[in-house]
Amino acid sequence: MTDYLLLLVGTVLVNNFVLVQFLGLCPFMGVSSRTETAIGMSFATIFVMTLASLLSYLVTTYLLVPLDLEYLTTMSFILVIAVVVQFTEMVVHKTSASLYRLLGIFLPLITTNCAVLGVALLNLRQQHSFFESIIYGFGASLGFSLVLIMFSAMREKLANADVPAPFKGTAIAMITAGLMSLAFLGFTGLVKI
Amino acid sequence: MVESVIERITRGHFWDFHGGIHPPEQKMLTASKPIKQLALPKQLIIPLQQHIGREGDLLVKIGDKVLKGQALTLSTNPMVVPIHAPTSGTISAIKMSVIAHPSGLSQLCVFLDVDGEDTWRKKTVCADIEQLSNSEIIEKIADAGIAGMGGAGFPTHIKVNSKTDINFLIINGAECEPYITADDLLMMEQSNAIVDGIKILDKLLTPNFILIAIEDNKPKAIKALQQATAAIEKIKVCVVPTKYPAGGEKQLIQILTGQEVPSGRLPIHTGIVMQNIATCFAINDAVRHDIPLIRRVVTVTGQALNKPQNVWALLGTPINFLLKQCDVQAIENEQQPVIMGGPMMGFSVSSELVPIVKTSNCILVPSKTEMPSAFEKESKEVECIRCGQCSDVCPSQLLPQELQWSAKAKDYPQLEKLNLSDCIDCGACAYVCPSQIPLVHYYRIAKAEIRQQQQLDLKAEKAKTRFEARNLRLEKEKTARQEKHKKAAAARKAAMNIATPEATGAKSAVAAALARVKAKKAAQSQSQSQASTAEAQKNLAQSNELATEATNPVDEQKTEVAAAIARAKAKRILKQEAANKPISSNEGVKQTVTAQLEVSQPPSNDDKKAIIAAAIAKAKAKKLSKAADAVKSVNLAESTAAEKAVNLTDKKAKIAAAIAKAKSKALAKKANQETPITTAEDIHLEKIKAVRVESKDESDSKANAAADKKIRISAAIAKAKAKKKLKEARNLAGTVKNNDQDSG
Amino acid sequence: MNILLAILVLGSIAAIFGALLGYASVRFKVDADPIVEQLDDLLPQTQCGQCGYPGCKPYAQAVADGEAINKCAPGGEDTIKKIADLMGVEVQPLDESHVQGDTTASNRPKVAFIIEEDCIGCTKCIQACPVDAIIGAAKQMHTIIIDECTGCDLCVAPCPVDCIEMRELPDTIHNWQWDLTSIPVKQLD
Repeated sequence: MTDYLLLLVGTVLVNNFVLVQFLGLCPFMGVSSRTETAIGMSFATIFVMTLASLLSYLVTTYLLVPLDLEYLTTMSFILVIAVVVQFTEMVVHKTSASLYRLLGIFLPLITTNCAVLGVALLNLRQQHSFFESIIYGFGASLGFSLVLIMFSAMREKLANADVPAPFKGTAIAMITAGLMSLAFLGFTGLVKI
Repeated sequence: MVESVIERITRGHFWDFHGGIHPPEQKMLTASKPIKQLALPKQLIIPLQQHIGREGDLLVKIGDKVLKGQALTLSTNPMVVPIHAPTSGTISAIKMSVIAHPSGLSQLCVFLDVDGEDTWRKKTVCADIEQLSNSEIIEKIADAGIAGMGGAGFPTHIKVNSKTDINFLIINGAECEPYITADDLLMMEQSNAIVDGIKILDKLLTPNFILIAIEDNKPKAIKALQQATAAIEKIKVCVVPTKYPAGGEKQLIQILTGQEVPSGRLPIHTGIVMQNIATCFAINDAVRHDIPLIRRVVTVTGQALNKPQNVWALLGTPINFLLKQCDVQAIENEQQPVIMGGPMMGFSVSSELVPIVKTSNCILVPSKTEMPSAFEKESKEVECIRCGQCSDVCPSQLLPQELQWSAKAKDYPQLEKLNLSDCIDCGACAYVCPSQIPLVHYYRIAKAEIRQQQQLDLKAEKAKTRFEARNLRLEKEKTARQEKHKKAAAARKAAMNIATPEATGAKSAVAAALARVKAKKAAQSQSQSQASTAEAQKNLAQSNELATEATNPVDEQKTEVAAAIARAKAKRILKQEAANKPISSNEGVKQTVTAQLEVSQPPSNDDKKAIIAAAIAKAKAKKLSKAADAVKSVNLAESTAAEKAVNLTDKKAKIAAAIAKAKSKALAKKANQETPITTAEDIHLEKIKAVRVESKDESDSKANAAADKKIRISAAIAKAKAKKKLKEARNLAGTVKNNDQDSG
Repeated sequence: MNILLAILVLGSIAAIFGALLGYASVRFKVDADPIVEQLDDLLPQTQCGQCGYPGCKPYAQAVADGEAINKCAPGGEDTIKKIADLMGVEVQPLDESHVQGDTTASNRPKVAFIIEEDCIGCTKCIQACPVDAIIGAAKQMHTIIIDECTGCDLCVAPCPVDCIEMRELPDTIHNWQWDLTSIPVKQLD
């Protein structure tokens, strides 16, 4: 049990996908201008990543390894991710039309979110068990969401602040992201996996 | 819980509200001098609306003599508070004038020339209020025009007409804003009258307790009121610590009862009603002595005055009169700011003619050393250093700094999230700001924007419902019409079957007309190009003749219709003709003009219908000729027009001709010389107007209203056509120009 | 053999997922598009038709179906911004071709005004008004209900005698906006 907890905390904070491993930077910059959108994106990503890591584990363990087809890993993972994203899109469209509009292009773009594929591949490389895979996927997406929402809250404030003209907009956002990344490096040493 | 509140109050322990500031009080300038009675000013300017709500309906007109206390407006709605003549005199004007509002905008005001006699209207003094019912008292308060005199100006009769159980009635004598001592002096001098007013409120609202809140910097007022209320168990005089803005409604409630009025709710929802000291005094005057609200105590203060003082000012007294009475030092200095209200929440007035209204409690005329910033044109605002002092002093526990960022960025949804609507505009944040940011002004702008946006949304919503209602109605009308047509058709069928002699007659007439039309149509369709033109012209002439010659009363209308149809067809053919022919030059238009001018006066004929029809036909012919723009067709059309004109008589025909001439002239001018369109248009509009006036006179002399109407209609039709033609001519001019350019 | 197996495996995975998605698309079918209502709420409801659609609702429907968002002249930049926010697309400048009348005129709200002495009572403007803001009857002088007029311009063109003009609403204390040139508050010595 402790192992699972450590894995979760380690993935969320210490090995944060965005700020430490620099995965999934596209939605991190793209959907963080408004907190509302960021929260919607976070939920969608949590759903997709957890489901994708689960499915990819099943596909690898029960299909690819027994049939000796490990070289198809990436291809099948992409297939899995694409399907999960499509499925999520349909669910979101049905349940919340405004969230669907808010997420706009970024919802289908989760397909190409490298963090999702990264989770699946890292699961494989680190030889996680079934539950570890789920927790790793969940933790990674949770870390992504945490950072995304925090960053969007900061950007909302930045939007109204008197930033020097050359730094306005994305420039100051980049600097903020860099400072956040430095701060997250401080978690190193919190947990050793 | 109530008991514990009372216990605390009797012990002299109060709660505190968040924040607040202690600006220099500056009350000593006026606090020690009695309220001065002023001589009557020469003229009073009385705005129709002096409170929150709407203005009433005027009861007086210019030149009326009014008596003191006479109502000038009538209340038709609970949110309307009437105004009264503050003294006797004559209404000299009712016009827009600058009012006591930060915008310096004008509003409708009654100008009263004072006669100096100060004659009262008949007063009905009420000796014993116990004989009056509550609704009678409320009616008296409403008729006296009393609105909250503390600042907001909410109609008092609404506030005292509460159905809910009232726990506390709070009388606000805190007067926390620096400089102002109007309520202080009123309490000192009129404590008994104020207590009488409170008793009336007690009768109306039957609260459990009545609390009179006075800041501890007014010892004399406290003493006076304590003496006046000593015999009454229910009334407690509460001495609250001096802190700005303790006089704010929600802040004072919190100090006295420890209760916080939730955001977006009124004190009445928590069983509390608050009234201002001056309002209590006015209620007493109104109910007992039948004196409407026509005067109030105003603190005229500031170091630019030699004799700063509280005065009894009649409502409508211009500020400059008050300033003169208090011996202003440098009135010729244009830079001298005059602030209405206190230094924290007041605004500079744009004109010295701004009148005192029901809510004005202070006129502040600061000297340069006293308030240097009021003399500066430009704001000394610098960047926010995020010190957070503003949130420390905010009495509403808002985040002024956050509000400021959002207000500057016009992020209105965010402002609403930050509860901007709970800001009471007290100015404490701006007062402590080390960067001298005028925070309150940013909030005021944002509040106004939000309010306007809400109004627009409301209007859009209304427009939408109206649009939908209209569509529904149109749909209904359409179906109803179809129903009717169906029914009418059925009825016609039935009538035909019955075949009465009359019906047969009508039938045969219609059939005849139809046959004629068909025959014409056939003839037209056979003819080609040139031939068709001639044919059409002939048809046109024929049909016109038919119209004029019509003698048979039964057939007349039908033949006319037929003629009209024929004309329309002829016109169409001509147009096609014109389109086929290349534009040769503008000469044609000119020729038209000359031809038109040569039209001679025809012999006498009385048929008015024929005249009008001819005029219309003429206008049409002219239009055709112009459109064709070819010499031949022009001549043809002209000849027809002339022919027709021969059959005409009467001045009306001449008028029609004149209109036509005027129009064609204007057109010709435009087409040829490219004169500015507006000029030509103006000319012809003017001419048409002149013609209309002429014809009107004529018809008056003839006393023939029907004929007049017809002329006007024909004039309108002609105008409409002229409009259309104008467009065509413009296009034509454009084409010609292009052609010129091409050839060049 | 190996390749065949790979194709078979991938194909079967794809087939299973395809079936799943097919089922989901039926199960989570979205019937009505509530976005139209939201768009309609953003539009100014002048019903002016300057966008080329016969009212605000039809334009909202069109925008939901992918029409350009920059055709609402009365709404101006603000409305375009709000629509862009809702639709998650870029803000575009106002399409000038959909602005009728003088584009250089000030942006202040306007209402129609009938010059009553010139009115001939033809009722043409009444028929043109989308919000029934004109009262009058045949051969009777007409007048505009200012509070209901949306300033859409639609009644100006049909008037045969040019007696309708658009007038700016005057500043009153109800629609007046604060500016910053008022008294600064300061510490007194």
